[in-house]
Amino acid sequence: MADDKIAPRVALVGNPNSGKTAVFNALTGARQKVANYAGVTVEKKEGLFVSPAGTRVKVLDLPGTYSLRARSPDEEVTRDVMLGRMDGEAIPDAIVFVADATNLRLNLRLVLELKKLGRPIILALNMMDAAEKQGLEVDAAELSAELGIPVVPTIAIQSGGVAALLAQIDRTIQVAEVEGWGLTQAECGWSEPSSHDLRDYHREVERVLACAVQSPARPHTATLRLDKVLLHPAAGLAILLAVLFLMFQAVFAWARLPMELLDAGITLLKQGIDAALADGPIKSLLNDGVLAGVGSVVIFLPQILVLFFFIQMLEDTGYMARAAFLLDKLMGGVGLHGRAFIPLLSSFACAVPGIMAARTIENRTDRIATIMIAPLMTCSARLPVYTLLIAAFVPDKVVLGGWVGLPGLVMFGLYAAGILSGLIVAFVMKRTVLRGAREPLLMQLPAYRLPRIRNVALGLYDRGKAFLTRAGTTIFTLMVIVWVLGSYPLAPEGATEPAIRYSIAGAIGHALEPLLAPIGFNWQIALALVPGMAAREVAVGVLGTIYALSGSGDALKTSLAAALTASWSLPTALSLLAWYVFAPQCLATLGVVRRELNSRFWPAVMFVFLTTLAYGAAFITYRVAVAMVG
Amino acid sequence: MSGTQVDVRPRLGRLARGAKAEIIGLDESGIVTALPAGELERRLIEMGLIEGARIEVLHEGFPRRDPIAVRVNDHTVALRRSEANAVIVHLLPEEAP
Repeated sequence: MADDKIAPRVALVGNPNSGKTAVFNALTGARQKVANYAGVTVEKKEGLFVSPAGTRVKVLDLPGTYSLRARSPDEEVTRDVMLGRMDGEAIPDAIVFVADATNLRLNLRLVLELKKLGRPIILALNMMDAAEKQGLEVDAAELSAELGIPVVPTIAIQSGGVAALLAQIDRTIQVAEVEGWGLTQAECGWSEPSSHDLRDYHREVERVLACAVQSPARPHTATLRLDKVLLHPAAGLAILLAVLFLMFQAVFAWARLPMELLDAGITLLKQGIDAALADGPIKSLLNDGVLAGVGSVVIFLPQILVLFFFIQMLEDTGYMARAAFLLDKLMGGVGLHGRAFIPLLSSFACAVPGIMAARTIENRTDRIATIMIAPLMTCSARLPVYTLLIAAFVPDKVVLGGWVGLPGLVMFGLYAAGILSGLIVAFVMKRTVLRGAREPLLMQLPAYRLPRIRNVALGLYDRGKAFLTRAGTTIFTLMVIVWVLGSYPLAPEGATEPAIRYSIAGAIGHALEPLLAPIGFNWQIALALVPGMAAREVAVGVLGTIYALSGSGDALKTSLAAALTASWSLPTALSLLAWYVFAPQCLATLGVVRRELNSRFWPAVMFVFLTTLAYGAAFITYRVAVAMVG
Repeated sequence: MSGTQVDVRPRLGRLARGAKAEIIGLDESGIVTALPAGELERRLIEMGLIEGARIEVLHEGFPRRDPIAVRVNDHTVALRRSEANAVIVHLLPEEAP
């Protein structure tokens, strides 16, 4: 076997929830990488394995679909790759179709459609263990004869469960090498099927099933029983709320310790640099630019991992589809799709993964509506700002008969204000610019499955890596730019005010001050909002720097919260809180909107409407507070 | 409901929880949808909602009993009542317990 031979490429195709990713993980282990397809942001999962016969094989995990007629951006990728329309992607040499053995009908219909492509197909009957427990008796040889393609049973979650598939891949490669892949000449006979064609496919599937299945699978009884409770109109919604509550608790509670450790680590690093380097631009760039900036983003890694752990668990168990079912009508009240639930939920950690999760929404208008309100869900980067201002200005009193602390109540109010305004914005948009009927729901409710640690771990690993890569590239660049703006030109000799006051950022802050004076912001806040564009929580750091440097020795000794209490009025603080509910200044969010919607128009719309809302809310809050406080 | 010939055959979108039926036809005319003509029918077929399929309404959402979860042969599909009205059914008698 020559080493210089081009490795054959195999594509994994199948319905959603057929265990495709589990097969992919079983084949490749950790030898996989996640990238983006050129021009689109759908994730491309590619891996490599060596077959028993010693051939290196590339595997491509394509998004799950019910047909080659693409409905969502995800499904378009599957179609375009399979039809060779994807730029920079050669057509895969062979197809491994992963079918859920307990639910053959829908899967086999797509197999018939794929056969028109003229590539070799291997049908993997996955989850055979579950299918046999449910009483399925299927004659694989008969099925293979009727379909005209090799059929192998697999249990992807068991070690050695894909052995038959590996052996078949070798046989398929052997045949292809003898007969020549011959694929480039192969006539692609696929065209978009009409409803008439689809009915023909179905009749053929029924005929094949009648030949090959001796005894059909019984329904999964545990799923039927669980759904009686979990999909109950009252109990189901109550349980969903409880799950969400637990998730939020976990995002903050579980992540606290690792975040403190990360924070301590970054501080140690800063001190190390402080001791090792002489004062100067390099030290300032490393400490105030890179570590302060990138560090303040990396610190959210634990929260993001906890959030994605929950999302992955909800998806792997099959509960996510139920959540969409339970919320579809309620969210429909403001014109949102049930599937908008997942992106909006993710946005509480960070709007960036939230906006990316909106890809599962098929209809573009529904998707835009969801993306536009994602930044109104209070992301964790706003927490440091809330925490600081609440500590400085909200008295730590117990209210409501001794049950609730006032700070907690204010925090809840800020979250609620974000959600409520998001729903209102969606409602208005769906009745004006984004008019049109909602996309149909039409979604399978898969059988419940126990999640596999290995799959969850690999999923989290991918997420963590993607997040850190972004922090190391995009955010790093932004932070360096912000540092330059905040450091140059240098303060003149004998300057009395903090150095940042004389920099470009300082000039911007001063230029903005008259604009922001009506809502009670001073130049320090205006200035903090400039680097806050790169990452919201950086505003806290900037305020810290300004007040630490501008005060005398006294200010340095007291905490930032105490310094703010002393120098800001209550209306100013409330106004800033109201501003941060809408917080339009996040470059990363605007950037991802531009990428996801492939448009400059929508990020511009988002920036304008968020700024308008923030300014309006802050203005009203400030004026009302001034009138009341006097 | 206009014209002289009113189709009075029962539709999936009208069925209550527990109802069992067989699908006898698909007709997306008169259904308000964001999809191009013919698309809803094709998607219904792709989800297994096709003539001859045995169905049972398993769950109803909240509020207004919408959407519904329907058992179709070997799998369960969730859909809204408005789109389920494109599915014409023949009610099956309640089985003796």
